[in-house]
Parts: sequence; structure tokens; C-alpha cells
Amino acid sequence: MNLTLKVWRQNGPDDKGHMEIYPVKDINPDMSFLEMMDVLNEELISEGKDPIAFDHDCREGICGMCSMFINGEPHGPERRTTTCQLHMRSFKDGDTIVVEPWRSAAFPVIKDLAVDRAAFDRIQQAGGYVSVNTSGNTIDANAIPVPKQNADKAFNAATCIGCGACVAACKNSSAMLFVSAKVSQYALLPQGKVEAKERVRKMVNQMDLEGFGNCTNTGACEAECPVGISLENIARMNREYLSASLSSAE
Amino acid sequence: MKLDANIPSGSLGQKWSSHKSSIRLVSPANKRNIDVVVVGTGLAGSSAAASLAEMGYNVKAFCFQDSPRRAHSIAAQGGINAAKNYQNDGDSVYRLFYDTIKGGDYRSREANVYRLAEVSANIIDQCVAQGVPFARDYGGLLDNRSFGGVQVSRTFYAKGQTGQQLLLGAYSALNRQISKGNVKMYNRHEMMDVVVEGGKARGIIARNLTTGEIERHGAHAVLLCTGGYGNVFFLSTNAMGSNGSAAWKAHRRGAMFANPCFTQIHPTCIPQSGEYQSKLTLMSESLRNDGRIWVPKDKKDAEAIREGKLKPTDLPEEKRDYYLERRYPAFGNLVPRDVASRAAKERCDEGFGVNATGQAVYLDFSSAIERYGKTEANQLGITNPSKEKIIELGEKVVASKYGNLFEMYDKIKDVNPYKSPMMIYPAVHYTMGGLWVDYNLMTNVPGMYALGEANFSDHGANRLGASALMQGLADGYFVAPYTVGDYLADEIRTGAIDTNSEAFEKAEADVVERIDNLINSNGTRSVDSFHRALGKIMWDKCGMARNAEGLKEAMTEIKALREEFWKDVKVPGRKDMYNPELDKAGRVADFLELGELMCLDALTREESCGGHFREEYQTEEGEAMRDDENFAFVSCWKYNDEPSKAELVKEELTFENVELKTRSYK
Repeated sequence: MNLTLKVWRQNGPDDKGHMEIYPVKDINPDMSFLEMMDVLNEELISEGKDPIAFDHDCREGICGMCSMFINGEPHGPERRTTTCQLHMRSFKDGDTIVVEPWRSAAFPVIKDLAVDRAAFDRIQQAGGYVSVNTSGNTIDANAIPVPKQNADKAFNAATCIGCGACVAACKNSSAMLFVSAKVSQYALLPQGKVEAKERVRKMVNQMDLEGFGNCTNTGACEAECPVGISLENIARMNREYLSASLSSAE
Repeated sequence: MKLDANIPSGSLGQKWSSHKSSIRLVSPANKRNIDVVVVGTGLAGSSAAASLAEMGYNVKAFCFQDSPRRAHSIAAQGGINAAKNYQNDGDSVYRLFYDTIKGGDYRSREANVYRLAEVSANIIDQCVAQGVPFARDYGGLLDNRSFGGVQVSRTFYAKGQTGQQLLLGAYSALNRQISKGNVKMYNRHEMMDVVVEGGKARGIIARNLTTGEIERHGAHAVLLCTGGYGNVFFLSTNAMGSNGSAAWKAHRRGAMFANPCFTQIHPTCIPQSGEYQSKLTLMSESLRNDGRIWVPKDKKDAEAIREGKLKPTDLPEEKRDYYLERRYPAFGNLVPRDVASRAAKERCDEGFGVNATGQAVYLDFSSAIERYGKTEANQLGITNPSKEKIIELGEKVVASKYGNLFEMYDKIKDVNPYKSPMMIYPAVHYTMGGLWVDYNLMTNVPGMYALGEANFSDHGANRLGASALMQGLADGYFVAPYTVGDYLADEIRTGAIDTNSEAFEKAEADVVERIDNLINSNGTRSVDSFHRALGKIMWDKCGMARNAEGLKEAMTEIKALREEFWKDVKVPGRKDMYNPELDKAGRVADFLELGELMCLDALTREESCGGHFREEYQTEEGEAMRDDENFAFVSCWKYNDEPSKAELVKEELTFENVELKTRSYK
């Protein structure tokens, strides 16, 4: 396959940035998108040019590090697929592919396609945990049965990989899907119920402080989420938040 | 030099509890004045950092990724073992201990392994308390499954994403401590060197990967939780960034490297499809619970399949060779990983391999789909279900167990594994070798600890499935937080570590000089081209089968490649900004030394055990021949200017509680 890539180049957070055009030749359709980028980078290095910086690590769709906005969609055209699991067979010979970083005020560009997602960590630090010490002297794991239905829903919410595609997909740069996944996981489990109110208040507050936008229910986040986190979680978080707001802070 | 493993006295079952209650403590007031550096934030690192901070130490934690949650523990799929005996199938702490010792081919330390089995049950309690959503049955209780090398169901799981859920649990514990200010987290920071002063670990030199800035961090103890070095093979199931540099830097500063040649080649990975390939993807071992492994019985059929003239689904039952079930009837498809990998290689080497390359075997779910479909039909009260109905129901059950793995396979290979068998081939997955540690998980450098995959202690020559997660969390939550105190009790009068000392100056100068050498070496070849070349040497000569001649050649070749690297590597960009190529160059430079030590270790160990298979030492049926008389020891290597000159120190392994037997799964 021969392709034309239009790639966002930005030499650091303060640089204005621009698109640059790169032809790539003899691409095998079985290559992953990132392997195609590797080939391009090898070429750039051999020509003495600056390779394109992008984040990636596990390359099996679970670490959540890869983050490319491909042809107007986070992680590209395939549903429920991260960029590292996107294969070139999803494109046609002769295609022009536009590659940009996640764009959100809360995710500043580090270089080219790599962005800083530390805001997500800070939201988790605000309350994304159960306050239990790590002594191991808790009660037996089977002491509290959890209805399978709730356990499954909590698991589905917990599969969020924290990549930020939901924010990149949203016209408001809202992080509601990400935050609600964590809020839901704990709200659905008995272990998390104790602190549920405080948790949702703190996490939503931090989300606002980080500069993420509001949710206007367009559902773009759910459509683009590579692991299929459901909008149902946002509804649950709104209920949790409302109920927390109506009860006293103490 | 003599190494003391500091194994407590007493009976096996008493060692840990009596040791834990007799080692020294540090008072809360003193803990506030003690700094601990934790490098790496996978299961071992996150759990250790969280636990130590909770106990009151000042913790600084470092990871090279953009968030601690990205560490490669996240990718572990199948599960975590624990001796809970929830399934009432006769499991016990002793059985888990015994299976692990036997699975490791009697090359691990009894006392460490027993402790691991002992704390395994607490891990599950802890994780559930943290809100880790393990799989549950309809009664709301925890579900289990079976894994290779054992005959009980003791593996807890969260679909095929167990590592993700456990890591996110540890990450949440870490976040709780970060929010309290007890842990200071350094994302996108890489440890460049350990600072050793007066014979003790006193801190690290780190590089901020975003700005290129070099930083000094003093500490009274340094915990290396930096994972394994499987990426020395270039192609492995490790993440792209996984590297052996922290362990290697520690080794160069005096820490012993133990059993470096013990590498786990995992039998069920998606085969390589081309030269451009950047990594290999694992298909969880849990699939061997329900998948049956086979190749065609007839070479002609194998050829026809390779040429695309025949489909695997067209081959009738009697023309298939379920070679694991044939060779190892007692364990069948659930033999340990090293045995399964070698058996696949043997079939492919003999010309029975499938895939265009001939380097693949089938993993087939059709009988499981049928079996589950029938059970499901019975439960639903469907009498005389049609074949289609059975398959439809069976596929649903299989999807509920392995759905995400099947999806992943489909994405990568563009083949639907519900309809056609998966193709798999062994790939490098885990390294049992690592930094030598004593019972307290301390290396031979006082104050320097190694946890999780970074140490060598628990898995001997072969790790059993679902035991890596168990060890990472055991070390981080339940072992190191206690044992570190025993050492730190002597540090309460030390005061803050002075990072302007000569040792820090020198270590930083070394780091800067090396970075300058890399960035200024105006060569012609990319870092990856060297890494690929190294990987090929390692895979061909120090991979699934090794022999003396090949290993000697490999050592010469690696040395030459290393010299070439420093002359001709090309690292673009600048050192004072975000530059992933520079980061990679430093890691590959270390792999080029470590690879040679691995070959030396493999050459010295003149026996076959676990993942280490020397062609010279095998039975007529091709089974491994272990030599307990001469090789029941841990090979500990001391650094001496260059890898080939490393000095061997032996830690003899004594087995007081198990009898050394030929490992048989027949």
C-alpha cells in the first residue's frame, strides 16, 4: 500500500504547530498503525530528520498510552479499537490519512502527537479509591457476596483504560465518561458504597478544576471509546452526584 | 565472596510468621524522617509505594510512562493464584508451594516460595476490599479457573484482564497516598543510575523524560520494581518500553545478577507475521483450559495448509495430532509453559507447523464450544437441540470467559477464532532471572531491594501461570514493607541524604557523559536496527533450545554488535527535550551487555531445567535432563568491567521439605 500522511508536528508545548505531509510506501496491510509509524520514523531518522513523537507502550490495547486522532476520530475508524490495534487493512491503497494529537485544553501537547494526561491521574487521586489499608487483614474475600449482575457491571466500568479518547471525541472536551466509569465501579460494589458520596463530589470537583468541559449528551465518547464504556455510567454518576449534593457534606 | 540468603530458622510453616514478629521496627516518629525511593509502578512498585507510605515513610515513586497505571502488569491476562481452596478441590498452602517448586524445576528457594504461598490468600482479601471486580458466580461468590502445571482450580480472574484490574487496584491505593502527600509521584521519569555510597544504596539519578533534566534523589532505601528484561529479544510480549536498565545499572554498581538465562517462552502467542513486527501478543494461558492444541498428523496436510490449499476446519478428527494430550496424558493441554513451548517447537521443526511460515500450531475451541453448548442447552431445558443451536449457545459461554481475547485475536489476525482455530507459537514472555535477593528481598548491596519480576527468587527455572501477579503483589503489599524496616532501623540517625556528596556527583557525571556519547555519536544506524539484530542472535542461540557452540558464537557476536553500536548508532534530536529515541538508545545499550551475560550463564549451566533447555542434555524422548548433583544452585554473577568477565558465585539450594524428582507431567 502507498499512502499519504498528514501529521501534526509541534516542537514542544509552546510551539504553534503545523501539519506536515509525508508519503509512505510499501506498507503491508497486516501492519498495525503504529508499526506503519515506526517505518516512517526509521525513514525520517535515516534522512537525518526529526522522528514523529507519539505515546505508545503495550501495543496490545490495554495500557491506554497510545493516543492518535486519525481522520477525525480518536484511535481511527474502527470501533472498539485502540490505535495500536488498528491495522492498515482498515485503509485503502492511495488513502490520505490525517493524524493529530488529542486536542483539549486539559491535555497540553508535549511534542507532536504526545500529550500530557496528568489531569486524569489527579482526578483519580481526588477520590478514585476505597480507603482501606494494605495490611491484608481485611475480611475474607467471600464474606460479602456481590450479585453477579452488579459485579459484571462494575467490571465493565472498571475496564476503562484511561486513554482519553472520550475527551478527544467530545466537542466540549468533557471527561464525564472517564470519571463516571470509576465512580460507577465503586458505587456498584458494597466496598465502595461507604464513601460513595464524598468520592463523587471530590472527583467531579477535580474534573471541573482541570478545565474539562460539560456533558451535553451527544454520546460521541461512548461511540469512540475503545473498550466500550457505556453512557449508562454517566447517568449513574449524575444520580450519585445529585444524591450527594442533596445530603449534607458531613 | 559468599552470599547469605538470611533464611530464618524454624520449620517451613513457621519461618515467615516468626521472622515477621522478630525483625526490628521503626517508630512512627522516625519513619517520618526516612526517605524511600520506589522505581517502577507495576504491581510490585505501586503496592510497595502505597504500603510504605501508609506505614509512614516518605516515598518517592518513579515511572517512565505517563502514568503509573500504564506499567506492563496491566497487560497480564489470565489470573492470579491463591491457596483459598474455595473450590474444595484439595488445595492448600503446601500444595501451592509444592506446585511452584516443582513447576520451577527445583531451582528456587523453598523458604521464599513457601512464604509466597502463605500470603497468597491475603492478596485476594486485600484486592476485594479495594474494590477489584473479580469474576463471580451466580451465588455472588468468587469464581476460579485452572492453569497450567496444576490439578486444582485456584486461579482468580477478571475475564482476560486480571492484570489490569489488579494494577488499577494497586494504583488506587497509590493514589490514596499521593493525595495525602505521603507519596510524591514522578511520571515520565527514568532511573539512570543507583547511587551507592559507603557500600549502601543512597538514592538514584533520574532523568525527566519530558525536559531531559537530570535529577538527584537521595533515599535511605531504594526499591527496584522494574520488571523483567524479556525485551532483550526485541520481539516479546513485553511492552515497547519495558527494559532491563534499572536492574543492569544496579548490577554494574555491585548487585549480583541471578540466573539471567532463565527465560520463559510462553507457548500461546500470536505468531509473527512479518519483518516489520514490533512486538508479539500473548493469548492467555487460560485458553488452554478449553482450547486443544494440535497440528496435522500427516506432513502433506501441513504443507497443504501452509500453501493455503487446505483449511484446518476441513481436516477430520482422526487426521489431527493433539500432541500434548498424546505425550502428556495426565496434564494434557495444561502442561507447564516450558513443556508446551518445546513441544510446539519440536512439531514445527519436524515440518508439521501451520501458518505460511511453518512456525505455528492450532489452538482449537470447537470441542469446548460443543461441550458448553450442550450443558447450556440442558440448563435451558432445550431437548434435542440442533447442532447450530448448540454451537450458538456454546459460543456465548466461550465469549463470556475469553471474549476480549477472541476479539483481540480477530483484530490482529483478521480471522474469527470462534469459527476457525487460532494459530499460536511460543514467544518470550517473562524472565525468571533477575537481581539476587535474600529472604528480605534485599540485594547484596545494603539498602537496595528488588521486588516482583525484577528479582529472581520465587519461580526457579520456570514460572507457573498466574503466579507473576501473585508474586508482584506479595512482594509489594506483604513482604518488603515489613522487611525494609529491619534495615531502616539502623538508619534513624542518618538524617537526610546529602545529594551533593561525591558519590552523587560522580554518578550524575557518568550519566551525563553516557547521554552525550549517545546523542553525539553521529552514526548511520537506527537504535531499532541494533535492537533487532541483538534480538535475532538471542532468539536463535539463547532461545528455546541452546547449545554450547551457539552460545559461544552468540557471545562473540553480541560483543561485536555492542562495539558497532557505540561507533555507529544514530540518535536524532536533542538531549534537553522529549526524545523517545534517546530513551530507547540507553536501554538498548544495556541490553547489549545483559544479552552477553545471559549467554554466559546459559553456557555455564550444563543441564536442562525449566525454560533453560540445553540440547546436549536431553533424554531420548527429548525431555529435559536436570543435573541436581552438580547444578542445584543459583548462579549469581558479579560485574567485572564487562559481561564476559563476570564472576560466578553460587548460592547452593537446599531442599529440606520436598524431594527432588524428575518433573513428569505424563
